[in-house]
Amino acid sequence: MTSNRKIAAAVIFLLALHLAILLAGFVAPYPPAAQNRDFPYVPPTRLHFVDARGHLHVRPFIYQYVARPDSLYEYTEARDREYPVHFFVQGSEYKIAGWLSSHTHLFGVDAPAQIFLAGTDNYGRDQFSRILFGGQISLAAGLLATAISLLLGVCVGCLSGFYGGWIDESAMRLAELFLVLPWLYVLLAVRAFLPLHLSPAQTFLLLVAVIGTIGWARPARLVRGIVLSAKSRKYVTASRGFGASDAYILRRHVLPHTYGTLLTQAAVLVPQYVVAEVTLSFFGLGLSEPMPSWGNLLANLQQYNVLVSYWWMFAPAIALVLVSFGYLIVANAFHQRLQSGSI
Amino acid sequence: MPRLGCVALLLLASASCFAASAPQPPQRGEELQITDDEVGHYGGVLAVGQRSEPKTLNPATAADAPSREVIGRLTADLIHINRASQQTEPALAKSWTVSKDGRVFTVNLRHGLRFSDGQPFDADDVVFSFQVYLDEKLHSPQRDLLVVAGKPIQVQKVNQYTLRFTLAEPYAAAERIFDSLAMMPRHLLQKSYQEGKFAQAWTLNVPPAEIAGLGPFSLKEYVPGQKIVLERNPYFWKADRNKNRLPYLDELVFLFVGNEDAQVLRFQAGDTDIISRLSAENYVLLSKEASKRGFELFDLGPSLEYNFLVFNLNDLTSKKLDEVAAKQTWFKDLKFRQAVSSAIDREGIVKLVYAGRGAALWGNVSPSNKFWVDQALPHPPRSLDHARELLKSAGFSWRGDGQLVDAQGHAVEFSIITSTSNAQRTKMATIIQDDLGKLGMNVHIAPLEFRAVIDRVFQTYDYEASIMALGGGDADPNPEINVWLSSGGTHLWHLGESKPATEWEAQIDQLMQKQMVQLNYKQRKQLYDQVQEIIAANVPYAFLATPNILVGAKKNLANFKPAILEPTTLWNVEQLYFLNGNGPPSGAKQ
Repeated sequence: MTSNRKIAAAVIFLLALHLAILLAGFVAPYPPAAQNRDFPYVPPTRLHFVDARGHLHVRPFIYQYVARPDSLYEYTEARDREYPVHFFVQGSEYKIAGWLSSHTHLFGVDAPAQIFLAGTDNYGRDQFSRILFGGQISLAAGLLATAISLLLGVCVGCLSGFYGGWIDESAMRLAELFLVLPWLYVLLAVRAFLPLHLSPAQTFLLLVAVIGTIGWARPARLVRGIVLSAKSRKYVTASRGFGASDAYILRRHVLPHTYGTLLTQAAVLVPQYVVAEVTLSFFGLGLSEPMPSWGNLLANLQQYNVLVSYWWMFAPAIALVLVSFGYLIVANAFHQRLQSGSI
Repeated sequence: MPRLGCVALLLLASASCFAASAPQPPQRGEELQITDDEVGHYGGVLAVGQRSEPKTLNPATAADAPSREVIGRLTADLIHINRASQQTEPALAKSWTVSKDGRVFTVNLRHGLRFSDGQPFDADDVVFSFQVYLDEKLHSPQRDLLVVAGKPIQVQKVNQYTLRFTLAEPYAAAERIFDSLAMMPRHLLQKSYQEGKFAQAWTLNVPPAEIAGLGPFSLKEYVPGQKIVLERNPYFWKADRNKNRLPYLDELVFLFVGNEDAQVLRFQAGDTDIISRLSAENYVLLSKEASKRGFELFDLGPSLEYNFLVFNLNDLTSKKLDEVAAKQTWFKDLKFRQAVSSAIDREGIVKLVYAGRGAALWGNVSPSNKFWVDQALPHPPRSLDHARELLKSAGFSWRGDGQLVDAQGHAVEFSIITSTSNAQRTKMATIIQDDLGKLGMNVHIAPLEFRAVIDRVFQTYDYEASIMALGGGDADPNPEINVWLSSGGTHLWHLGESKPATEWEAQIDQLMQKQMVQLNYKQRKQLYDQVQEIIAANVPYAFLATPNILVGAKKNLANFKPAILEPTTLWNVEQLYFLNGNGPPSGAKQ
């Protein structure tokens, strides 16, 4: 079925993207903060297969960009020398996941040429590398915040659904309050109260905590509904009759019903939280220079002249859209499976 | 027939609201100033964008730039600095004499001048105006300029058109004090001043009939959140060579557009006729379609503003800022500051922040300030090696991972605060962060809201380093006195000094005081050159760069002569005119 193929494609795409972003140091040709002050706002490097003499090359090559002397931020290709693209080249050092260090990069070109697959920004920094490293921050923030939200949601939902009474009442009223709050303004307000000079790691963790804590209400309500219906099943009553404790019933009989919903919720929340992190960073409240995040990469577009002149600065938005699509297709698939009862 | 009468009445009424105030023919005994520029013709409405709304129309209390921009078109001063030549020229005062010791100015006013409401102007208005500016309870921003050697200037009326000003001490370039000091109408404001309500007079909502001035325009209409409309002052005291009373324009409209990008959009669309303070990227953007859309852009060369990185050298003993105080041991070391200055890529800043339209700075005087820049000031090229040597000789060293540590082993790490309202200075911070990173310093950037930055730098001293800008007011060194005097209010690196904290600051104090009373330009220049050299040697500020003045105007605007001094585009607004006419007055538009 085509929808199955669509789902498979989405899953494979997401896995590939996450892998590439996890291995950003390897896939990206340059470190994210390396400035090339002679090459601000260079357009994406064009890959060529046919050279000036009309010969076809199997290996793609690039020409080096040279600034036009008379105008600003305009470049032409220097056709005098071709730089073939090599794979598994040696370059600057990086660390995967903070402990595995290496010098090998997926692709690169010989010096003095540089390959900018997504162009450069105001300081001549390679946007392709920055999008990959920025993805680490944005996706990790989304995933971690989702985990926090779901954890909080499951705890509150289970307790309020299982015990009922005043626990249920107060928890659900609190949940309604959180649902009603306009999340963007709350995010901005909370961020404004936090100290200003934070190290990048601290900022990241704070961001994740803030985003995750604001969004627990919807999962909590969903889990509560499932727990309520599971609670009244006959096998739960039977189990209780045999002397099972509350914890045993929750763990063995009630919680397994929530897994399907939680999976769907996760697939829905991850893109939402990625967008939340991007929004905060876009407004300058997330990571500060020079750490990239899709949000502060897109913040460059707040300047009118960048918006109209340098189209490649939109690339992080495309990455964001693709990630959101991928997750939503997966969420949809989970939801359909849930409805049809196969989860 | 009655219908025809109604129509005729309607036409008459609409015609009268279309008609801007026509210039009054010159009267006998009225001493007009005749200008020497191109003769133009009457008509047209000039629209200009402002980034934020003015706060008041009161000349004695206005402190913000948008208010001053509007008030400057409504008022006139006694002696004016010609923005193009940067020299003083007669304005409301047709002539003046100075006593030998440079302390007494005898000023002769033009006879027969009238305010925009037709009331006569004479020495009583001048006496009243100075009374208001010097009033200690009112705290006018202009008061500081009128206090020389701790004593305010004394004003005496000699007769109806003559006044005597006495300074406590001779003051170099004293006549420049009078520039932009608006002469206010006694007949409209004396009552509120005597009742103690002067600060509330002439807010933006003032009815046009209650406000009058000697400027080329008078207030016609204020629409909150949208625009302020000024119309021709029919009694303005300047005329062109053919005795046509200026201004040529019927109306001047200030549109509140919000921010620079919005200004650019409006200018592109043709809604505004002039744009000033363009950033370099927008200049490049607009230049691509200049010919197609009928406007012209001008690059006037470096401005007088100077951007710099300042380290917090304040005395923090009474404050609880232990972290900052600990880092001050680095900042207070001259070699540290010199190393920082040596590592900064000024050319990179000019290229990336100002798109090449700027000038690198090694001192506080911009290269465009031809009268005062010290040509002999050294411009050392960027050298990371030199910076590393300086740091080594100061006891710093590097860890295995490249991090710089001081003699006690602490990692050199600090933050730079900048204002979010200025994208250029935040960009400079990013470049400096990268430069200092190459020396092994770990630099954080913290963009804060403008008022938060001001609060930390001027009040709480809770910051480590900051990138700021000063200057740009006048080419003469005297307005800079508060920056360089150790007791000055903008002596940013160390505020609140009761006496100079270092030997070199004491030297600067002496030199600045000397140049302030030195009337001979050559000797004054020598003194100020020495000041510049001491500053460059001791690096209280690491000077960065200055942007070029970039402006634009529609091609059919004639007599447009932008200058480096503010207001760069409107300083000669009375002489601007449109070659092909530019639409009816604002009453006819929606």
